[in-house]
Parts: sequence; structure tokens; C-alpha cells
Amino acid sequence: MAQATSPPDLTRETAEPTARRYSVDAAGLGRWRAGAFAAPALLLITVFLVFPALWVLYLGLTDYRLTGTAAADPKVVGLDNFLSALGEPTFWNSTWLTVQFVLGSAVIGQVGLGFAIAWLLRDKRGPLKRIVEGLVILAWILPSAVVSFLWVALLDADGGTLNALLGTGDYAWLLDHPMLSIIVFNTWRGTAFSMMLYGAALGNVPPSHLESARLAGASGWQQLRDVVFPHIKGHILTNLLLISLWTFNDFTPFMITAGGPDGKSEVLAVHVYKVALQSGQLGYGAAVSTVILLINLVVAVFYLRLLRSKK
Amino acid sequence: MTRFVLGRIGFYTLIAVLLAFFTIPLLWLASAPLTSDPTYEVRVPDFTFDNFQAILEHPYALPSLYNSLLLSVGTALLVVALSALAAYALSRVRLPGRDALLYALLLLSSIITGTAAMVPLFQLAVELGLIDSQLGLILILSGGLLPAAIFMLKDFMDSTPKSYEESARVFGASPLQIVAHVVVPLVRPGLATIAVWAVANVWGNFLMPYLLLSDVEKQPAAVIMYTLYTEGGQANLRLLSTFGLLYSVPVVLMYLFVSKKYGFRFHGGIKR
Amino acid sequence: MAAIELRRLTKVYPGGVKALDALDLVIPDGEFFALLGPSGCGKTTLLRTIAGLETATGGAVVIGDRDVTSVQPGGRDIAMVFQDYALFPHMDVTDNVAYPLRIKKVAKAERHRRAGEVAARLGLERLMDRRPGQLSGGQQQRVALARVMATQAQAFLFDEPLSNLDARLRLEARTFLKKLQRELGVTTVFVTHDQAEALAMADRMAVMEAGVIRQIGTPAEVFQRPANTFVAGFIGSTPMNLLDAVVRGDTLEVAGCAVPVPDAAAGLLADGEKVVYGVRPEYNAYAPKPADGSSEGALAGKVVIVENLGASHLVTLDVNDVTVQAVVPEGSEPAVGDEGFAAPRRDRALVYRDGELVTR
Repeated sequence: MAQATSPPDLTRETAEPTARRYSVDAAGLGRWRAGAFAAPALLLITVFLVFPALWVLYLGLTDYRLTGTAAADPKVVGLDNFLSALGEPTFWNSTWLTVQFVLGSAVIGQVGLGFAIAWLLRDKRGPLKRIVEGLVILAWILPSAVVSFLWVALLDADGGTLNALLGTGDYAWLLDHPMLSIIVFNTWRGTAFSMMLYGAALGNVPPSHLESARLAGASGWQQLRDVVFPHIKGHILTNLLLISLWTFNDFTPFMITAGGPDGKSEVLAVHVYKVALQSGQLGYGAAVSTVILLINLVVAVFYLRLLRSKK
Repeated sequence: MTRFVLGRIGFYTLIAVLLAFFTIPLLWLASAPLTSDPTYEVRVPDFTFDNFQAILEHPYALPSLYNSLLLSVGTALLVVALSALAAYALSRVRLPGRDALLYALLLLSSIITGTAAMVPLFQLAVELGLIDSQLGLILILSGGLLPAAIFMLKDFMDSTPKSYEESARVFGASPLQIVAHVVVPLVRPGLATIAVWAVANVWGNFLMPYLLLSDVEKQPAAVIMYTLYTEGGQANLRLLSTFGLLYSVPVVLMYLFVSKKYGFRFHGGIKR
Repeated sequence: MAAIELRRLTKVYPGGVKALDALDLVIPDGEFFALLGPSGCGKTTLLRTIAGLETATGGAVVIGDRDVTSVQPGGRDIAMVFQDYALFPHMDVTDNVAYPLRIKKVAKAERHRRAGEVAARLGLERLMDRRPGQLSGGQQQRVALARVMATQAQAFLFDEPLSNLDARLRLEARTFLKKLQRELGVTTVFVTHDQAEALAMADRMAVMEAGVIRQIGTPAEVFQRPANTFVAGFIGSTPMNLLDAVVRGDTLEVAGCAVPVPDAAAGLLADGEKVVYGVRPEYNAYAPKPADGSSEGALAGKVVIVENLGASHLVTLDVNDVTVQAVVPEGSEPAVGDEGFAAPRRDRALVYRDGELVTR
């Protein structure tokens, strides 16, 4: 749901020593009042975020269905859903497609393109930089329903702009190359975040370091390797983890290909929707959701550890 | 010298390719609304405004924009109010288990995504009778946005000196007076950032309303847009182009406003 | 106006750090009192405990004849100027100065009138519509002062009131603050880490170290007769000479030379006792030749460094491998390498036994 922005500093908080010189309660709020201030937010989070996450664990162990007898009286079936998922080719197909999607559009596409743009524009000023950045950001901020349709129109077999540009007649990109289509789409869609992150990171590389490398006669590539890269290593890892997490959970492909044709672009996010809410196998869908949650957990814990170890 | 020239040529070629890649998909949205009888192909517009008539004729187009507004503003208000209170308490008072709580919040907001939680959220909405309830959707969306909002705001409040509040306190102000007179005015930029971030998030959100609102009169623009191009028959391109444009403009305006006023801060900036 | 009294005041932070250790202190009505000490000595904690921003873990704070130990800061009838002034950035000068009156529910017109009066007294009348961000450091400080004056509180607390000003402005503000306090006659406690500031402004001062008061007295007392070697080393723009000495009858053997036992310690020392001999460079008379032709009672050595202090010079002598400093007036400074003699003033030199002043 919420896509968290990268939190600036978890570490500052936890590093605070217990015996600080200044008071721990500047406004004289008191613990009870402070608790009351925090309570409504925590209540909403508990009901609509924590509880669903726990419930999905339970649902995954049942044969719950949207309709029929199992809807009225669901039974606990233990690990059956997980076992049948493991034996189900469509599940493995979706997993494999998700790996392609994350590696192709996030790791290679967004990180590569985002860094390339940030690097190309690193010491540029003026309108050219503003136009390029503006367009990249525009692709990122427009509503997903709108950009999805724009790509449907772009790739349309019958009069789509891409075919007109390439002179490929009535080639059906979305039918013949659905995965490639959504990978390129998502690269286009999400590059802005990486571009801005690397832009900020490159801005923090001390100019004196670059200058001394240049004085020593380092080539552009050597400067990149010896000066820039060591400085932005942390940013690259942060960036990789965040956008992998987001891409992994992205539902937008559904709006372009709806997982089709024949499940050829059915990434896990779409797979869950199809099995749980279209076919009504809620229990089985919940089991797949649990797998997604666990993968998210692993990435997020890794990310948070990285944030903590930074200082 | 040759190296320099080649470098320049290479640079501008790359920039041109990049510009083409990022522009071409957007061209249609710029040209089709102003072209009479648009097709999928991008053509030079003849600058007609007739297509906007299609929006007025469509029964759900304008109401869906209103629904989007209602959902975004409702969620933003709730998120700002609740996250501000919680962030202030967490920033200023060392509640037992505070650090663990913050860590948990951050973890939750990253792992419990719409994708992972769509099944139980759908279930929950059915059980609580929140299907087709815009208020219910606002609550669910707020629950998802709150952890990150609290985290960002707390960070903002931590960087605000405590001496302002202590000073007011020595003058005899009560905690509520301190919040109203001193804290809220001081953190106003932070509150505005969270509000914009929440509005942008909800405005573009497709999955949750698609899942939880089946009544077409209550659906926001994201769902109506999707329905318009996937429902059977020939898609109405006059309607789709103008509607897509109208639905996109507020986001762009908001982005321009934010980047002008606050200079688009990277952290806490807008994200889908 | 009221006196402030602290009885066995103790503050222990969670985690066991003892910031204040059973402090006793009486600050009479109308006094300008300085809390001086190195950073981390507990002086700011003491001020904040008087204000009520920190809760005492033991002992009592009495303001006037009221025990306010468990009273909220707002109920103590005190006002405080913070180190960063804590002027509300979203309010103009008028609203900032009038803020304490707003809390007391004084009607808007009345509180603006009174704010105007106070501000005019500090020469702020032209700045009333400005925001703090549009004021210079000195102006901000005066607005903060106007704000505490508007409270008409019984006592004022200043936390490092001058530390945010640049050096030149600081001297000006020092004079201004002292004059203002005289005129208002309000009991005022201020915290500073700058001994010159405390000496210049305070009627009386307390020198603190590690949560304990090491000496209380007037600036003259503290400067001339530091109660212990800690205070002796901390007070004074040039540090006091603290030299190991052995008692030899009527004289002290210091760095291989013999100097008379100071007046303050006369008759209090046992023969052969090991003590510390202290004399401020200002009370150490330098001469290129010994007075009366004999080196009796003086420290004879070689000039190592001469530092220009403006109207005087600080001469550093090497006396048998012991460093001794003396201040000489301008015009009579020696050259490096010269032989020289430093004769401590008998009525100003001091003797410390186990770190404490030997005195009657």
C-alpha cells in the first residue's frame, strides 16, 4: 500500500545516549498524555495493517474460498496450500517471471538508467538538465492508470505509435513480448527515484577528491571507480533494496497486460489477485501472500540493518 | 581535441535517446486530447476542445475525479492529524519501548504492501461491512500510510529545538497550549509535506479502490480510467485522452508547487 | 522579588550519572549570581532544576518563602532566557514579548501595550513588526530579555546569555546586562563557562565541578583567594602558577629557590611539609635584576617566551626546569634568553595543602 520513502536516519535515534543533559520531556507532556497522543494512529495501524498481516498467515492455512461451502465453513488444512503451491507450475512460472521483472526493470533498468542519467548530468546546469529531469520525474508522478493506458496505446498493434516509428506494421508487442513490454515500461516508470538518489549522492562526493584524482591524471572511468563509487556504495545498496522491494510488490503490470496472454506476464502480485479474488481461492492466495510477505521481510530486515550499520 | 568533440557528440546522442525514450510515451497524452477524432497514433493536434465535451457527457467521469479528491483529502487529513500527534509524543517523550516501536513501524510499512495484504484486507472489509464504503477505504489507506508518515514527521520534529517548548513551558503554557502556539506553527512545513505525500499516494492508488469499491458511483478516477480502456468494445479515445489529462494535471501542479516552495526535498518527497 | 534557596539539592539521571550532589546555596533577593564551571559540571542542570525543567531527585528548591520543588515550571514565578533565546520564529517581536502575558490571559490590546513599553525600554521600538529571523544576534538577545521582563517574574534565569554573540558584541552586552539587572533589581542567576564573564558581571558567583560547588564568593574573593587548586586553575585569564613546594622554616623551597611563606598561611605550616605554592602571574613581580641586589625571596630563571597581552606582557621563565609565569607592564618586557627574577607578592601568594587553601 504505502510505499515508504527512504527514512533518513534511523540511527540517530537509537544512538542517543540514555543520560542526556537535556530533559526527556520538553513540553511536560507526561507519559500518559504522550500515550494518548500516539494511540489513535497506533490503533489504525494495528487494525488495518498489523492485523491483516497476521490474518494472512492464518488464512494461508485454511481452505477458505470466496464462494461455496468452504466460504461459510472454512477448515484448517495446515500446510496443504503451501505444498500445492510448490507443486503448481503456475506458481513457479509467476515466481520466475517476478525474478525477471525485478532483475530486468529494477536492478538493470532503473538502477542502470538512473545512475547513467545522474552521471551524465552531474555537472550540468540550465534548461537541458531541467528538461531531462522533468520528463523522467513526470513519468514517475503521473497516475499509474494513466501511464498504463499510455503504454497500451504506444504498443498497440493496430496504429500504436511504436509500430509507426519502427515501421513494424501491426506487430502485437503486448501479445508477443509481454514480459519485455512491462520490463521496459517499469524502467521508464521508475527511473526517477534512482536518478534523484544518485544525483544527491553524486552531489555529496567532495569535489576536492575528484579534482585530486583529475590532477593525478585519472580518466573518467578511473574517477568513477576510485573516487565516486566508494563514496556512493551505501546509496547503491539502499537504492537496490528499496526499488527491488517496490518492484516486487508492484501491481501496475496488471493494468497493462492483466497477466496475459496465458499467464506469460503474470508476476506474483498479479498471480495473487487472480487466484484469490478472480478464482476465489482465498486460502491458496493467502499462502502465496505469505510467501510474498516473507520475501519482503527478508529484504526489509536487510535494508534496516544496512541503515543502522551506516553510522 | 577529437576526443573532446567525440565526447560531445556521444553526450548529446545519449541525451537525445533518453529524451526520446521518456517523451514518446507521453506524447499521446499531450496531443490526443486536442485532436479531433484521435486514434492510438500520435498526430499533430488541430487544437480542438470538443473532446472535453466527452467528459461532461460521461456519467462517471467527473464524479470519479470528485471521489478521488474526497479519498485523497480525507486520507491526507487523517494521516496528518494522527501522525503529527503520534510523532510529537514519540519525539518528545521517551515512552517505554519507543525505539522498538519505531523499528517495527518502519518494518511494517515496508513489508505489508497492498499486494501482500490484498487478500486479508478484502476479507476484513467484507467482515466489517466496509465494501463500497469510502470511509472504510480512507481508514484502510490511512493505516497503510501512517507508519511512514509518523517516521518522517518524527524525524522532522527531532530536528526542531526543544528550547521553544521549554521556553513556553516556563512562561506557564499548558501542554496543549504549547502544541497549538508553538509546535504546530514550527512543524508546518513537515505537515504540508506529509499532506502532499498522502494526497499523491491516494490519488494514484489503483489496487485498493479497485478491490474494495464495486459501486461505480463511488469509484475514483484510477478505477474509472482502467475500466474505460479495458471494458469491451471500441475504447472511447476522445474520452480516455481528455479524462487521462484531467486526471493527471493535479498531480503535476502539486509537484510543481512543492518543488517550488520547498525545493523538492529528496527524503519525504512524493512517492507513488 | 525573591531570594532563591537550594537545600541538599540532588539530581541523579537514570543510568546513575550524578549531575548535582546535595547542593546548598542561598541567593539573596536582588543579587546577580553567576554559576561558573567547565562544561559538564552540572551548572546548566542546576539552572534547569531551579526552573523546574528538570525534576530534582532529592532536596528542595525554595523561591521567596515557597517550596517549589514539585511545582511545574509555569507555576514558579520565574522567567528564563535560553542559550539560543528560543524566540518563536513564527511570531513577530510584539507577539514574542507579549507571549507570557497571552498565557496569563491578558487582553490583546493591553498585552501589546505592555510589550511595547518593555521593548521601548530596551530600544526595540522600531523592530516590533520583525520576525526573529530578521534580527541581528544582539537584537534577538534584547527581545529575549524584553520577553522575560514582560513576565514581571520574581527571578530571572539566564543560560549562557552571551555565548551566541560575537566577541565584540559580547563585551557591550555584558555592560548592558549588568546595568539592566541593577536597574530592575530582580534576583538573577546566570550560567556561564567563561570566567571573565562571571567575574565582570556577577555580584557573587559559585564555581562548580562535577556536580559540586567548589567555592562561593564575590568575584574579588574568588579571584584573589581561590579556595582550592581547581578554582585557582579555572579562574583568571592567565592561569595561576601552582608550584610544588616544601616548607623550610619561614621559607618555602620552590623550584630550587627560597620564597617567604605567604601572609595567609603564616604560622599554619609544619616544617618539612609538602604543599603547593600558588601565585597569579599578575602578582608575580618581574625584574631583570634582583631587588636590593640579592636574589632572596625571588624565583631566578631564564626567559623562555614573551607573549603580548596588549597593555602588558606575559613572561614565561624557566626556573630550574619549572615553568613560572609573570605579567610585566608594557615597555619593560625582557627579551627571550635574558636572565630574570620573579618575586611573588607575599600578601597575594597562597599555599594549598591537599588541594585546599591553607588559611585561617
